[in-house]
Amino acid sequence: MSTTFNPTTTIKDRAHISLNDEFLRNAVKYTTEKLRTSKKLASDELGNWEEWRERARQIRLHTIAHLDYYLSEFVKNARAAGVHVHFATTAQEAVHITMRIAEAKGAKSVVKSKSMVSEELHINHRLEEIGVEAIETDLGEYIIQLAGETPSHIIIPAIHKNKQQVAELFSEEAGEVLPPETPILAGFARAKLREKFLEADIGMTGCNFAIAETGSMVLFSNEGNARMVSTVPKTQITYMGMERIIPSLDDLEVMATMLPRSATGQKLTVYMSAITGPRRQEDSDGPEEMHIIILDNGRSSQLGDPEFQEVLNCIRCGACLNACPVYRHVGGHTYGWVYSGPIGAVLTPRLNQDMEKWGEVSYASSLCGACHEACPVKIPLHDMLVYIRRQKVEEGYTPASERMAFKGFKYIMSSHRRFKRIVNLGKTGQKIIARDGAITSKIGPLKGWTEHRYAPALADESFRDTWDNLSAELHVNGNKMAPDVLKRLQEAKRRREEKHHE
Amino acid sequence: MKVSIFITCLSDAIYPQVGEAMSRILACQGVKLHFPEVQTCCGQPAFNSGYWDEARTSARTLLEAFDDSDFIVSPSGSCTGMIHHYYPSLFKDDPVMLTKAREFSGKIYEFSQFLVNVLGVTDIGAHFPHKVTYHPSCHGTRLLGIKEEPRQLLANVKGIEFVELPFAEDCCGFGGTFAVKMSEISGAMVEEKVQHVIETEAEVLVGMDMGCLMNIGGRLRYEGKQVRVMHLAELLHEGVKQKV
Repeated sequence: MSTTFNPTTTIKDRAHISLNDEFLRNAVKYTTEKLRTSKKLASDELGNWEEWRERARQIRLHTIAHLDYYLSEFVKNARAAGVHVHFATTAQEAVHITMRIAEAKGAKSVVKSKSMVSEELHINHRLEEIGVEAIETDLGEYIIQLAGETPSHIIIPAIHKNKQQVAELFSEEAGEVLPPETPILAGFARAKLREKFLEADIGMTGCNFAIAETGSMVLFSNEGNARMVSTVPKTQITYMGMERIIPSLDDLEVMATMLPRSATGQKLTVYMSAITGPRRQEDSDGPEEMHIIILDNGRSSQLGDPEFQEVLNCIRCGACLNACPVYRHVGGHTYGWVYSGPIGAVLTPRLNQDMEKWGEVSYASSLCGACHEACPVKIPLHDMLVYIRRQKVEEGYTPASERMAFKGFKYIMSSHRRFKRIVNLGKTGQKIIARDGAITSKIGPLKGWTEHRYAPALADESFRDTWDNLSAELHVNGNKMAPDVLKRLQEAKRRREEKHHE
Repeated sequence: MKVSIFITCLSDAIYPQVGEAMSRILACQGVKLHFPEVQTCCGQPAFNSGYWDEARTSARTLLEAFDDSDFIVSPSGSCTGMIHHYYPSLFKDDPVMLTKAREFSGKIYEFSQFLVNVLGVTDIGAHFPHKVTYHPSCHGTRLLGIKEEPRQLLANVKGIEFVELPFAEDCCGFGGTFAVKMSEISGAMVEEKVQHVIETEAEVLVGMDMGCLMNIGGRLRYEGKQVRVMHLAELLHEGVKQKV
């Protein structure tokens, strides 16, 4: 599957393409399984995982609840360290700020380390339009840049590509045939990118965390490219989502414990850099000029919304993607925007604030809750997906046929007599299509179901039809609860009430 | 002390034998059971699709049906999860109903939860000499935290050969309306689940939710596979009968 951002497709169309791409499905399954296993090993090895999760959650809850305070602390301290801090309300504004800096510097080339926020800006294309070459230096990002695609995973952007496909892309770039062997492919990228680091005018990074008390921005990376990007070029631009803040270095300890373990199952990433301002006189390297662009782009609309504020707690580890059984089958591009998986299904409609266009992304979930269970800061993503669906209904963006169907549901389910009548009607109706307790015909409203499995037939007698006889048989020895059962029930009820009053 | 059955619309209309097995097991333990007939559906199909007004109408029938019950037992982790986890948010803007919803959400138990945690029963003396694998349903495990209860009950069944299902905790792809709305994705999920069931070479797949079992069972039949699909209550009940 090639590029995304095609506004004419629906999530079903995109899922259809992915589901028919065997390479993609195998590659995604292989890597997400590996990441799930490593995460489990790393969290078991750490011990007290639930306590760590709760601690991380509390830090994020507290920070987001006081985001105005911590954000202004961060900005004050970053400016004191010599950083140019910019605020961008929209992606467009962030693009303009970037363009102004690039023009002022007379930049010809830019090297980038991984930044999901920069994907919200489509900054690479915008820079190309003014003749500035932007090169991705994270290996995965480099692969998908060569392929003309967008990241399909928050942490592993080229998760959907296998080694053979990478070898083909690199061979084209190299002008010679490269074998599908990791050391050779990585060696090619290293040599190629080394030149780019040395000639770049601007280095661009994302920001994993921004520390309010010190004004530092923190980067986690495995390939060392983020360090090259943030030390070699004379100018550094860092993109930061406005919610990336944590209060202190102590909180970084918790985040550094949770993020790598949740993302890749590592105890710590190979590199963790905390950068406080541009190069000082006594520093041996670093940029002469440093800019941090703090992006809102729909984030502040989540603040104060009791159902969605917690989505800002996300630390972008990708654990929910790896745990998600839907992502496992369809990969990231199916979600249609920058972020994929369960977190993407929430962020896409919420940050874009467009239920008409993006509300349907919330349907790409069976609401199994694996995302919530995997989340290191316990974001109730499965609940939020339902809230988005409700919002879509409230704003009137669901099809008339569906609204009618649920009007019917309401009518039937508001009375047990009606429910019983409908079941009886169904029993008569199914006589022509049910065989041996199953319905196989792929027509009418059952089509979506029967295309993939048989449907069961309604029972000859429903439970409520049989209850009077069953009850008489079960309680033949009298109508009383057994004494020991009664004791147990009283005990359970007492425990329940105690818990309720706590 | 009143113990009532919440049968769920699925078990009521399609799988009454599950309700019967559950009732017989509980009655055998000495529980006097009630079945308030005004109950309909927990409202989950509407709720999950975003139609909360429609879901509330359905939910009100349950609040009325079980108002005077002390314990409500249901053969579905998903429907129980809906009530336990979501009824309070469904009625968050209606203080009177919210109080009732909160009270209700504390009184409802999934079958294995009730048997193990309330009645303290982990062995009902069943004998079931078959190779069995178990699919732990998502809502039961994740919304209600039922992890050990069904396993304890199965572990005490005599003659059973229990085999773990690979990727057991991955969703089977049911998800209610998801199965129809996103049928292709759901189809891929259930196809994989069935592959895993087949890999175990089990004769019986057991679960605690007829939604998931309807999905997996429907796929097994579609593929012409002979694996028998049973609710935990059915397996235990059959095991008690086989004992004699």
